[in-house]
Amino acid sequence: MRIELERRPDVSKLFSILSPFIALGLTLVFGGIMFMLLGKDPLSALYSFFIEPLTEVWSLHELAIKAAPLILIAVGLSVCYRSNNWNIGAEGQFIMGAIAGSILPVVFYEWQSPLVLPLMMLLGMMGGALFAAIPAFLKAHLNTNEILTSLMLVYVAQLFLDWLVRGAWRNPGGMNFPETRTFDATAILPEMIASGRAHWGFGFAILAAILIWFMMRYTLKGFEITVLGQSERAGRFAGFSSRKMIWFSMLLSGALAGLAGIAEVSGAIQQLRPVISPGYGFTAIIVAFLGRLNPLGIVVAGLVLALTYLGGEAVQVSLQISDKPIRVFQGLLLFFVLSCDTLIHYKIRMMWFDLTDTTADGVR
Amino acid sequence: MKKILFALATTAAVIGFSAAASAADKAKICFVYVGSKTDGGWTQAHDLGRQELEKALGDKIETQFLENVPEGPDAERAIERLARSGCGLIFTTSFGFMDATVKIAAKFPDVKFEHATGYKTAPNLATYNSRFYEGRYIQGQIAAKISQKGVAGYIASFPIPEVVMGINSFVTGARSINPDFKIKVVWANTWFDPGKEADAAKALIDQGVDVLTQHTDTTAPMQVAAERGIKAFGQASDMIKAGPETQLTAIVDTWGAYYIKRTQAFIDGKWETTSSWDGLKDGILTMAPYTNMPDDVKALAEATQKKIESGELKPFTGPLKKQDGSEWLAAGVSSDDGTLLGINFYVEGVDDKLPQ
Amino acid sequence: MGIFEAILLTVITAATPLVLAAIGELVTERSGVLNLGVEGMMVMGAACAFIATQQTGSPYVGILAGIASGALFSLLFGFLTLTLVANQVATGLALTILGLGVSGMIGESYVGQSGIKLPQIVFPILSDIPFLGPLLFRQDLIFYLSIALVAGVHWFLFRSRAGLKLRSVGDSHSSAHALGINVIRTRYLAVMFGGACAGLAGAQLSLVYTPQWAENMSAGRGWIALALVVFASWRPWRIVAGGYLFGAVSISQLYAQAFGIGIPSQFLSALPYLATIVVLILISHNRRMTLINTPAALGKAFVPDR
Repeated sequence: MRIELERRPDVSKLFSILSPFIALGLTLVFGGIMFMLLGKDPLSALYSFFIEPLTEVWSLHELAIKAAPLILIAVGLSVCYRSNNWNIGAEGQFIMGAIAGSILPVVFYEWQSPLVLPLMMLLGMMGGALFAAIPAFLKAHLNTNEILTSLMLVYVAQLFLDWLVRGAWRNPGGMNFPETRTFDATAILPEMIASGRAHWGFGFAILAAILIWFMMRYTLKGFEITVLGQSERAGRFAGFSSRKMIWFSMLLSGALAGLAGIAEVSGAIQQLRPVISPGYGFTAIIVAFLGRLNPLGIVVAGLVLALTYLGGEAVQVSLQISDKPIRVFQGLLLFFVLSCDTLIHYKIRMMWFDLTDTTADGVR
Repeated sequence: MKKILFALATTAAVIGFSAAASAADKAKICFVYVGSKTDGGWTQAHDLGRQELEKALGDKIETQFLENVPEGPDAERAIERLARSGCGLIFTTSFGFMDATVKIAAKFPDVKFEHATGYKTAPNLATYNSRFYEGRYIQGQIAAKISQKGVAGYIASFPIPEVVMGINSFVTGARSINPDFKIKVVWANTWFDPGKEADAAKALIDQGVDVLTQHTDTTAPMQVAAERGIKAFGQASDMIKAGPETQLTAIVDTWGAYYIKRTQAFIDGKWETTSSWDGLKDGILTMAPYTNMPDDVKALAEATQKKIESGELKPFTGPLKKQDGSEWLAAGVSSDDGTLLGINFYVEGVDDKLPQ
Repeated sequence: MGIFEAILLTVITAATPLVLAAIGELVTERSGVLNLGVEGMMVMGAACAFIATQQTGSPYVGILAGIASGALFSLLFGFLTLTLVANQVATGLALTILGLGVSGMIGESYVGQSGIKLPQIVFPILSDIPFLGPLLFRQDLIFYLSIALVAGVHWFLFRSRAGLKLRSVGDSHSSAHALGINVIRTRYLAVMFGGACAGLAGAQLSLVYTPQWAENMSAGRGWIALALVVFASWRPWRIVAGGYLFGAVSISQLYAQAFGIGIPSQFLSALPYLATIVVLILISHNRRMTLINTPAALGKAFVPDR
């Protein structure tokens, strides 16, 4: 058997919409088989995974909390990736943003004013942007590959946070445990609506997605990003500077990751701890691509990925299984979504009997 | 096809029904784990405790758990999910779950919570911990007897009071036998990374320690010690399989006794909030068999264990000096629990600077 | 045995999996494919190697299982990115999620078992050379393989016809296609080679480094291997240099701690990452040299026109 792709003359509108559903269908079938093999009832497993988290108000709030940092970071990354700048250190920028924003509630905790919160957010964005400025500078002026530098700096940021919360910033009243003092009420990001604990981080995420979408679609900057991303040469002819674009995209994505960091800390954790992120900066890379690097698509992708975490826990509780099959299921879903997107640009032909090519190359 | 669907639907209904029926007359006891329940260390010990609980009270209760729950907002959500799914008593088994547990406990006043190794309580939130340091004192004494060079290696995870307390207890025990005994400490900055723990073990052995102890979770250091032919102590579970001729003893976390005690109280309606800090005498930790040592050392270890169990011996009893030589405890004075729970200094004999 | 020698031995064990996974990824990337799933393939290799060893009692069967599982697992990535032209970055990351899940699932009942360590192969005479002998000629099969693979890949890429073809596919798939090179097949093979090497690296973890299986035992080493490929600017011998530099810095910080130097351990732990950045800055100064070695078509999908 051979599979062949044929490029469609135009992007298929039909499959742009349909492909995620085809992927979902395939995941349901294969996931169902997996749960059946594990001796669990597939229907109730799939129900717990996809539907149950959406049926209750509290869990919708949790969905928003989980999705907010993913969307915020991924929106920033989409600008980077579209302009061909491979920032994979958003995790580090997230952490540094959280640290910078926490200077006020941790070091200057006695200053309580309505100004604290906006300043924290601003500092968070600056912290993330400054940390992203390191790989930006190294790439723009010393020609150093940003994949390596941004990734390595993630570990540095994690260790810096660890050092802070165990040393200088440790809560003096906290029995010497590694965490800072809890933030004052003036430093806590408020809830968006009264029905649950989802905070304004989600609002920031949606706002950022809309703004970046607008920028990409309707402004010259968006055009510049796309042109430079497709061909540096073409960009140069149009008078765009790829060096300036490195700075722009890295600082922007760093700032958004930093905002995500401080929003998460201020809204959900309310203190600094040795670990403040279960890998949001890395998961957001998947979110960015699942959303096809389109800010609005990223909002959907972020919500779907967040759902897989919530659903995973729901299945664990309702079926009494370990979390390993859930990870596998999550991987399956991602695989199917990614591969079904092929349908948007290509027609797939299955060649059961290969008569055209007698030198049979095997898989093509 | 229709038949299959029908069959599936009925099974689902039956399962759903039986779950509902059993939930009505059985109390649901739930656990939140920070790691995987088969991590061979901290979380596995808690899960073994859960299984013991099921064995002991299985006709009256059912248990449920969530594993690999990251600390932070994810923990809050996981605990809330359990609280909403009808759990009556929820054990959250990592220090990092403290504030999440406090928040959810305030939200669900009818559900009882127990948080391991923390210090915040509420009317429906108790804390529990284990006096691991009692076992470390015995280990220190054994090390001082076994070691030819008078230097032990200590693989530490993170500088939190729990770990510092263990180091101090180990040194105090060792120095009760050999007043010149010293230990070298390597901070691995991880609870769980076999490779890094093995590297740390090699670094210590290469620099001349001839007894190894660890406060990280995998058996990798035990394997390295076995390979290099020195003796070592296990952590969290009996690691004798990793070093049949290497392990002297191990501190085994046996939470089961505590879980059964508290669950029984819960069923009887006698559950009250406490801050319990049980030790060897309560069975919340046990010593793995004393092996690979001469009989007189074994006898000493057993005698010390008895003294600790009876309360005759308290590991942190003066005269004890801090690392800088200043006095910590005067002769005959024992440390209070409050100091221990927040301890952030070394006693004399530790060849390391405590990360501050 | 002197302390210096002892440190080097520890470094070799720590660096070998990094070198192995990185040399495989180097070939994959030279063919123009970016597979970020190294961590997932590595942890799969570790699990399968350990399970096979426990089942058969032979660590050599374990090595084969590690290689085979890595290669098979990478085939999944290949099918998605090469046949279905799915996005490489996202697919690689998804592969890592899947690998961590699957390995945890199949390895669950093997946690806590003590494994069989791969025996050393001692070269007579050579192993008696002072200092170098024990370091280089008293090692296990996987170490020898790691060095042989680097030499082999170097020869293959720069001295063989097939290697030239592979590089041309990575530099410009359309020109290579026009020259009659089967782009997709070349890339499939390169991806599988990368998977096999990552699987072998995993086998080293569960058979040599620490003979046991623990969930998620690769603990981020796949990511370091990915960074090493960039560090090496896609040149094989620089992988060895980078891997050993990284290993040396991360190991010596542990020795420094045991020695009792009073620097915060977090700072020492950050050193390997900082050192890698600094060295890369120094060697990437020459923009032209870097461009020559970077596969121009890296990460770009190819669909043959018909």
